Amino acid sequence: MLSSAVGVLFDGFAYGMLLFLLSVGLSVTLGMMNFVNLAHCSFAMVGGYATVTLVNRFGWPFLATLPMAFVAGAVISLALERTLFKRLYRATDLDQCLLTIGIVFISIAAFAWFYTTEQQSARPPEWLRASIQVGNLNFAGYRLFLIVFGLATTFLLFFFIEKTRFGAQVRAAVDNQRMARGLGLDVDRAFMLTFALGGGLAGLGGALAIEVVGLDPTFALAYLVYVLIVVAVGGLGSIGGSFAAAVVLGISDMAGKYYFPWLGAFLIYLVMVGLLMWRPLGLFGKR
Amino acid sequence: MASVSDTRWRPLEIAFWLCTLLPFALAPNYLSLASQVAITALFALSLDLILGYAGIVSLGHAAFFGMGAYTAGLIAKHYWTEPISALLIAGFISGVLGYALSHVIVRFRHLALIMLTMGFGLLLAEAANSAHDLTGGADGLQGFRVPDVLGFKFDMFGRTAYAYSLAVLFVCFLVCRRIIHSPFGLALRGIRENATRMPAIGAPSLSHLRKAYTMAAVFAGLAGAALTHTTSTVSLDVLSFGRSADVLVILILGGAGRLYGGIIGAVIYMVARDQFSGVNPQYWYFWIGLLLVAVVMFLPNGILGGLSALHKKRQ
Repeated sequence: MLSSAVGVLFDGFAYGMLLFLLSVGLSVTLGMMNFVNLAHCSFAMVGGYATVTLVNRFGWPFLATLPMAFVAGAVISLALERTLFKRLYRATDLDQCLLTIGIVFISIAAFAWFYTTEQQSARPPEWLRASIQVGNLNFAGYRLFLIVFGLATTFLLFFFIEKTRFGAQVRAAVDNQRMARGLGLDVDRAFMLTFALGGGLAGLGGALAIEVVGLDPTFALAYLVYVLIVVAVGGLGSIGGSFAAAVVLGISDMAGKYYFPWLGAFLIYLVMVGLLMWRPLGLFGKR
Repeated sequence: MASVSDTRWRPLEIAFWLCTLLPFALAPNYLSLASQVAITALFALSLDLILGYAGIVSLGHAAFFGMGAYTAGLIAKHYWTEPISALLIAGFISGVLGYALSHVIVRFRHLALIMLTMGFGLLLAEAANSAHDLTGGADGLQGFRVPDVLGFKFDMFGRTAYAYSLAVLFVCFLVCRRIIHSPFGLALRGIRENATRMPAIGAPSLSHLRKAYTMAAVFAGLAGAALTHTTSTVSLDVLSFGRSADVLVILILGGAGRLYGGIIGAVIYMVARDQFSGVNPQYWYFWIGLLLVAVVMFLPNGILGGLSALHKKRQ
């Protein structure tokens, strides 16, 4: 019983790290510009397919493809931001939703065209997939890697946002965009860079997710719900909130699947609806 | 915008409804499709009531469509096969669900609203999936057949099906039209434009929005029940997120807040899907996505909005 609880906590935490990587960019950009970007998981999918292509077609080692997944996610998000999204910052939620859902549909069809609808895989090296025995508990090496990687990314992000000049600009723009503009900050540039960074992190998340949840063209829609739950529950623009929400969601999803498999995703949706009704701005939301 | 008094039927409207009879004569092989179009149009019309007129964005409207579809299916399977009474009961049950949810929905805006409507839709879909004994789960509800409506047999060419769907659509349209042109409809538009100012001039925002949401749920339920009666099956798809997204696309494509927008959108969307999606439904989504991007970028008020802007320019 105890060992299964530890196992669920461990797996859930690893899953939560994945969700955090996938959603933190959306949280910050939503908090800054109020731009509802439902295409965020498409960026993750681009990163995932970049890794699949490099590993399977060009024979790159798995770890070496991760920076490329980041770059792929960042480049595609930057390109879309410059061409389409920036025209809609002042548009209604509905228009933003529709445009980005349109991009999700296009990305799903495009990847189905080039890679078929089959599940893709990209194997991490053997030493990462080995499991580690502690007492009578068995820890999957890859999940341990996910946790370490996720925590390292979180610390880097915190350092970046809290200690650097650029981070201060981002925080100012999230807190009060108009005031930040009034003080002469170039909010558009800060937003552009944050958007690219968020897209890159999503791409990284998409690449790391292949080993855990697989990758097929419906990824962009299937994980959108999870990412939106993390963002909405964590509160817009809050990195700490996203982290907490992602960990809670990851662990409760794992626990639900382990202990109440007949409930399916019901539990997750119920938790989301309940939390949102209780706190519409999210657990750590300010506005 | 039409004022309260301007409720006369324009010649174009009468011509439009006469055109809906044309498939009987011109396209007898496509009557089943025409019946699907009419049902989808009704579903889009119900979304128009809350999105186009009251300004409530919903990504989970299929909840009510599915509720109506399953109610009609369960009645036909376990109780009786007379469709009209089942249709009304399905509308009523959906309305009850809509009324219950409306108390939550109208209090939220922006992202929380979108997430909550989506959340309720997903919850209902999961519940229907889990309740295998009642709904048949992923296999769908099968093993019933609605033989006739008012003595007219449902034939394999879909003549009765189209007549039935069209009649339901037309009656619901008349009711919607009346609602939109009433002072209540005008108040809804006022709330859409400024939700805080309307109570100040004596129109209670929240209770108006609740009423509109409940009505939309009733119409969506009727559409779902009509689908069950004309196809004699209910699948989990009636509750899916995809259906909620589709109907939103249809309404936006046609033009929200224009009464005919959902109908025009449904005609274009359904006919195009029938023609293009033969190879693989995945690729169909490419064109829908492209269309969405184009509409948002270049036709912010949909096809009807674009047409009326063109018309005004010419005058």
